[in-house]
Amino acid sequence: MSDFPFLSVLTVAPLVGALVVVLLPRRRPELAKQVALGWSLLVLALSVVMWVSFQVDGDRLQFRESYPWIPTWGVNFTFAADGIALVMLMLIAVLVPLVILASWHDAESSKRSVPVYFALLLVLECTMIGVFAAADVFLFYVFFEVMLVPMYFLIGSYGGHQRQYAAVKFFLYSLVGGLFMLAAVVGLWVVGGKTLDWQTLTQVDISTGTERWLFLGFFLAFAIKAPFFPFHTWLPDAGGAAPAGAAALLVGVLDKVGTFGILRYCLPLFPEASKWFAPWALALGLIGIIYAALLAVGQSDLKRLVSYTSIAHFGFIGVGIFAFTTQAGTGAVLYMLNHGLATGLLFLVVGMLIARRGSALIKDFGGAGKLMPLLAGVLFFAGLASLALPGTAPFVSEFLVLIGTFTVNKPVAVIATLGIILAAAYVLWMVQRTTQGTLNPELTGIEAMRRDLSLREKVVVAPLIALVLLLGFYPKPVTDVINPAVQATMQDVGKTDPAPEVGSVQEASR
Amino acid sequence: MTPDYYLILAAVLFTIGAVGVLVRRNAIVLFMCVELMLNAANLTLVTFSRINGDLNGQIMAFFVMVVAAAEVVIGLAIIMSIFRTRRSASVDDANLLKY
Amino acid sequence: MDHILTYAQAEPTGAVTYAAASGLLSSVWLLVAIPLVSAAILLLLGRRADRWGHWLGVAAIGVAFVLGVASFLQLRGLENKSVELSLWDFIAVGNLRVDFGLLFDPLAAVFVLLITGVGFLIHLYAVEYMAHDEGRRRFFAYFNLFVAAMLLLVLGNNYVMLYFGWEGVGLASYLLISFWYGRPSAATAGKKAFLMNRVGDAGLAIGIFIMFATLGTTQYDEVFTGVGGLAGGTVLVLGLLLLLGACGKSGQFPLQAWLPDAMEGPTPVSALIHAATMVTAGVYLIARSNPIFSANATLQLVVVSVGAVTLLMGCLIGAAKDDIKRVLAWSTVSQIGYMFLGVGLGGGAYALAIVHLLAHGFFKANMFLGAGSVMHGMNDQVDIRRFGGLSKYMKVTWITFMMGWLAIIGMFPFSGFFSKEPIIVAAFEREGWTAWLFGGAALLGAGLTAFYMTRLFVLTFHGPKRWTEDIEHPHESPKLMTIPLILLAIGSVGAGFLLATSVPDWLTATAGLGGQTEGHEAVLSHVVITVLSLLVTVLGAGLAWMLFRAGTATEPQPAGVLVTAARRNLYTDAFNEAVFEKPGIFLTRALVFLDNRGVDGLVNGLAAAVGGGSGRLRRLQTGFVRSYATSILTGALLVVAAFLAVQAGWLA
Repeated sequence: MSDFPFLSVLTVAPLVGALVVVLLPRRRPELAKQVALGWSLLVLALSVVMWVSFQVDGDRLQFRESYPWIPTWGVNFTFAADGIALVMLMLIAVLVPLVILASWHDAESSKRSVPVYFALLLVLECTMIGVFAAADVFLFYVFFEVMLVPMYFLIGSYGGHQRQYAAVKFFLYSLVGGLFMLAAVVGLWVVGGKTLDWQTLTQVDISTGTERWLFLGFFLAFAIKAPFFPFHTWLPDAGGAAPAGAAALLVGVLDKVGTFGILRYCLPLFPEASKWFAPWALALGLIGIIYAALLAVGQSDLKRLVSYTSIAHFGFIGVGIFAFTTQAGTGAVLYMLNHGLATGLLFLVVGMLIARRGSALIKDFGGAGKLMPLLAGVLFFAGLASLALPGTAPFVSEFLVLIGTFTVNKPVAVIATLGIILAAAYVLWMVQRTTQGTLNPELTGIEAMRRDLSLREKVVVAPLIALVLLLGFYPKPVTDVINPAVQATMQDVGKTDPAPEVGSVQEASR
Repeated sequence: MTPDYYLILAAVLFTIGAVGVLVRRNAIVLFMCVELMLNAANLTLVTFSRINGDLNGQIMAFFVMVVAAAEVVIGLAIIMSIFRTRRSASVDDANLLKY
Repeated sequence: MDHILTYAQAEPTGAVTYAAASGLLSSVWLLVAIPLVSAAILLLLGRRADRWGHWLGVAAIGVAFVLGVASFLQLRGLENKSVELSLWDFIAVGNLRVDFGLLFDPLAAVFVLLITGVGFLIHLYAVEYMAHDEGRRRFFAYFNLFVAAMLLLVLGNNYVMLYFGWEGVGLASYLLISFWYGRPSAATAGKKAFLMNRVGDAGLAIGIFIMFATLGTTQYDEVFTGVGGLAGGTVLVLGLLLLLGACGKSGQFPLQAWLPDAMEGPTPVSALIHAATMVTAGVYLIARSNPIFSANATLQLVVVSVGAVTLLMGCLIGAAKDDIKRVLAWSTVSQIGYMFLGVGLGGGAYALAIVHLLAHGFFKANMFLGAGSVMHGMNDQVDIRRFGGLSKYMKVTWITFMMGWLAIIGMFPFSGFFSKEPIIVAAFEREGWTAWLFGGAALLGAGLTAFYMTRLFVLTFHGPKRWTEDIEHPHESPKLMTIPLILLAIGSVGAGFLLATSVPDWLTATAGLGGQTEGHEAVLSHVVITVLSLLVTVLGAGLAWMLFRAGTATEPQPAGVLVTAARRNLYTDAFNEAVFEKPGIFLTRALVFLDNRGVDGLVNGLAAAVGGGSGRLRRLQTGFVRSYATSILTGALLVVAAFLAVQAGWLA
C-alpha cells in the first residue's frame, strides 16, 4: 500500500471535488453541500489510510513521488511527507469536513453563490495539502501563494463586517512576505546548484553571509504567515471578518504553514543562520506570548479575541522551535496540531454563538448560559483547551515546549510560563462576559438564542472534543510520529539535548 | 549624390509631423501628422537600406506601411464614432479618459 | 507527645524505591476512574439523568470509599508500603519520560480515605441540600469530577500527575464556586479562584521544569533520591516555587484572597472542597515533597513563616466577619496555617500536620454542613447577627455544631486538642528566639481561634432571637442532612485521639516522611505548653461568651482601626486591586490602543503612503492626447540624447 501515490492524489482530489461542486445544477445548493461534505470525508478516509501506512521508524521522508515539471530550472513536482507534515495533513483532513458541516448555513446569509463557497473550501483544502506535502522548494512556494486565493474570496465575498478591508490586508500582507521568500528562493537556486529539490538542498553548504540573508527572506514570509509579533495585525482583522468556518481553517491550519515552513525550510536549509537568529526569534515569540495575551484580555469582539489568543499560542510554537531541544521541538509540532483542534473548535463554537446573536461584540451577550447550557458548556470546554488545562491536548504540547525550553534557556521559559496565567484571564473573562452573570434582557427576545446545539452542530463539536480529550490523556501515538522528524531536524541544526545537571539518576534507581 | 539629403528630409518631415501632433487639435490633422512621422521613418529605413546594401530596411518599410494602414482603419473608425456622439473632431474635447 | 515526635529514624539520604502493585492494589486506578466515569455519564446524559443522577454520584463515591478501605487494608499487610502502578506512558520525548502512573502509599492512603469518606458523607448531605435546585445533576457531576481529580492529585506517582490533578481540582473548584453562574458575584469569585490558583500553578510548573533540568525526571522516587545531590540554591528555589503552588491552592498568604470569596458556591462545596480536602492539597504537596523541604533550613523557615503569618491573619479577619460561611472560611485559612507551620517545622511535625489535616477535615466539614443546615432552616440567611437562640429549634444541628466548635478550639478531649497541641509544642522546639516567635504565634492563634469560634457559636445558637421578619419558625433539616452531621460530629469527638496515636506510625512508611528529628529541647516543658494553650483557649472562649451572650447589634457598628482593617481583609483585597487589577486593566487598554494605532498604524500608514503617492501620480493622466504625446516625445528625445552621449563619449 505504501506505493500508492497518496500525496498527489490527496492534493488533487479536493480540486476535482471543487469542480464537481461548481458544475452541479445551480438550483440545488443542498446537493452541493452534500457532495462537498462527502468528498472531504473521502479525503479524510484516504488520509487515515496514509496515517496507518506511515512507518514510524522508517525514512524521514516517506511517500516520495517526483514528476518532471520545468526541467530547465530543475523544478519538479516532488511530494513527500515527514512526521511533521503527516500530522498537519491529518489535521487538515479532519478539520475540513467539520468546517463544511459547521458552515452549512453560513453562506446563505451572503448574496453570493452557495456552491461556490463550498467549492472554495475544497480548493483551499487542495492548496493546504499541497503546501504541506511539497518537497520541492518551488512547488512549496507556488502552493504557498496560491493558498491565498481561495482564502481571499472566502473572506472578501462571504465575510462579515469590513470583509473587503480584511481580505485585501490579508492578501497584501501575505503577498509581501511571499515576495521576500521568492527572492530567497531564487537566491537559493543560484547558490544551491540550480536545483530546488529539498533533499538535495539540505546537503548544500552556503557561506555565512548569504545564508543569513536567505534565512531572513524565508523567515520574514513565515513570520508574517504564522504570524509573529510585530507582523500580526492582519490576523485579528482577517479572523474577525472571515466566516467562522474559514476563520477556523485560517487560524487552525493556514497559519501553521508559517511555523511548519520554519521547521522544514529555515532550520534544515540554513542551520547556522537559524542558530544565529535564534535569540531574536525567541524574543519575538516571547513578546507574542505576553503581548497578544494582554491584548486578548482587552478585546471587545469575540472573533478578534480568539485571533489574539492564537497569536499568543503561535508565540509558544515559535519559542518551542527556536529552543532547539527535542522536547520543545516536539511540543511545538504537537502544539500546531492541538492548537488547530482547540482553536478550530473555539472558532466554530464562537461562530455558532455569533450566528445566533447576529453580533460578535462581547457586550451584546451576557448570561447566555441560561438560554443555551450546552453551547455554553462547549464554549467553556474550548476555552479550557485554549488555556491548556491538563486533560486537554494543548496541555501536553505547552508543557513540552516549556520544559524543553527551560533546559536550555531558563529566563525565556519562566517568562513564557507567565503566559499561562494570562491565558486563564482572557478565557475566563470571555466566558464570564458571554455566558455567565445576569441574563442580558435583549437576548431573551431573540428566537435563535433559545436554540441550543442542533444535531448537526453536535456532530461538528463532538469529534473535536473527543480528539482534544484523547490526545490530552494519551498523546503518544502522535508524539511517536513527530519525534523522529524533530530529532532529524535537531540533527540538521546540530543541536543535542542538554544532559540533566545532576546526571545518572535514572540508572541509579531504575 | 550623398544619401544625407534623404536623411535630412526625413528628419524635417518627422519634426513637422511631431510638431503637428503636439499643436493641432483636429483629430484628422493629427492623424495625418502621425502618417507623416511614419513615412519619415520609412524614408530613413529605405535610405539606410540603400546605404548598407541589404534589403532588410525596405522589407521593414513594408511592415510599417501595413501597420500604418491597419492603424488608420481603426483610428478613423474611432474618430468617426467620437464625431458622431460628440459632434466634434477636436482631440481636446475627448478628454474623459483620465484619472 | 514524646513518642510522636521521635518515632521515625528514616535514612535521610537513602534511595527511595517503590514496589510494583499487585493483587487488589493493581486496581487502585478504579478509585480515579469510577468518579470520573460517573461525572462523564452525568454530563453527557443531560436532563435524561435528572431523576436518578444524584444517586449515581453518591454511589460512585461510596464504591470508591469501599475500594479505598479495601486497598488500605491490603496495604497494611505489605512489607514495602509504597506501591506503584504504571498505567501508560503519558509523555515520552527524548530523555523526558512521564508515566501516567499511580502511587499508593501510607500518605496517599490516608488522603484517599479522607477524600472518599468525608466526600461520601457530604455527597449524601448534598442530595437533600440541593434537592430544590434544578441543577442538581450538574452539581453532582462536578462534585464527582472534583473527587476524581483530587484522588488523581494524591495518587499520582510523579509531579506531572500531581499537576494534572492539581489543575483538575482547580477546574472543579471553579465550576462549583460559580455553580450559580447567573449571579455575577459567583461568576467573579470562581474566576478569581481560578486565576489566583493559576499563579500558584505557574510556580509549581516551573518547579517541575527545574526538576527535569537538574535531575532529568519528575518521578517522585527519582527526584527524592537525587535531591541530595543538588546545590543548596537550587533546592531553595525549587522549594519556594513548590511553596508558591501550595500557597495558591491552600489559600495561604499572599494568595489567600480567593478562599473566602469561594463561599459563593453551595455550602456542600465549601465543606468538601474549601475546607476538608482541596485546600489541604498544599499541605499534601509539602508533605509529599518532604525530602526537598527537609534539605534546606531556609526553606523550612519560609514555610513556617507563611504558616504563622497566615494563621494569625485568618484569626484576626475571622473575628471581624459577620457572614457565617466567611468566618468558617477564614478559620480554614487559619487552620491550614497551622498545618503549614507543622510541615515547615519538618521532621516528626510532618506527621502532626497530616493528623491535624485529617482531624480538621472532620470538624470543619461538620461545621460547614452545620452552617448549611442553619441556612437551610433560615431562608439562606448567612449573617450571624440575624441568628440567635437556634439551639431550641435545631437540636441536632446545635449539638453537632457544638462538637465541631469544641474540636476546633482544641478543648480536651476533642480531636483538635490532640492534633493542634502537638504542633504548638513542636513550634516551641525550634532553636533560640524562633521558638518563642513561632510558638508564641501558635499559642496566640489558639486563643484567637477560641474567641472567634465561640463568638460564632454563641451568636448563632444562643442569646436572643434577632431573626428577620420573614422567619417564623426555623425547622430542623431532614434526616439525610442530619445523619452526615452526626457521623462527622462523632469524628470530631473521637478522631483526634485515634489519629494522633495511629497515623504518625502509619506514615513512617512513606518515603522519607518524618526523617531525622532535630534534638532541640523545647524552651518550655510540654506540660507548661499544654496548660498554657488550654488556658488561652478558655480565656478566649470565655471572653467571647461574656461579650456575645446577650446578642449583638444587627447593624454594623463603628469600630477601631484594627477591626476596620480586619473587616476589610487587612486591606489585602484593596492591595491586589490597586497593584494588579487596576494597572492590569489599564495596561491592556493601553496595549489595545498601541496595537491598533501603533503597530497596525504603521502597517496602515505604509498602505496610506503608497495610496496617497499614487493619488498624486495619477494626476499626470490629464486625458489630453497632446500631453501624452509630449511625454512620449520627451522620452524618445532623452533616449536619443543618451545614445548620442554614449556614442560621443561624453559620459566616459
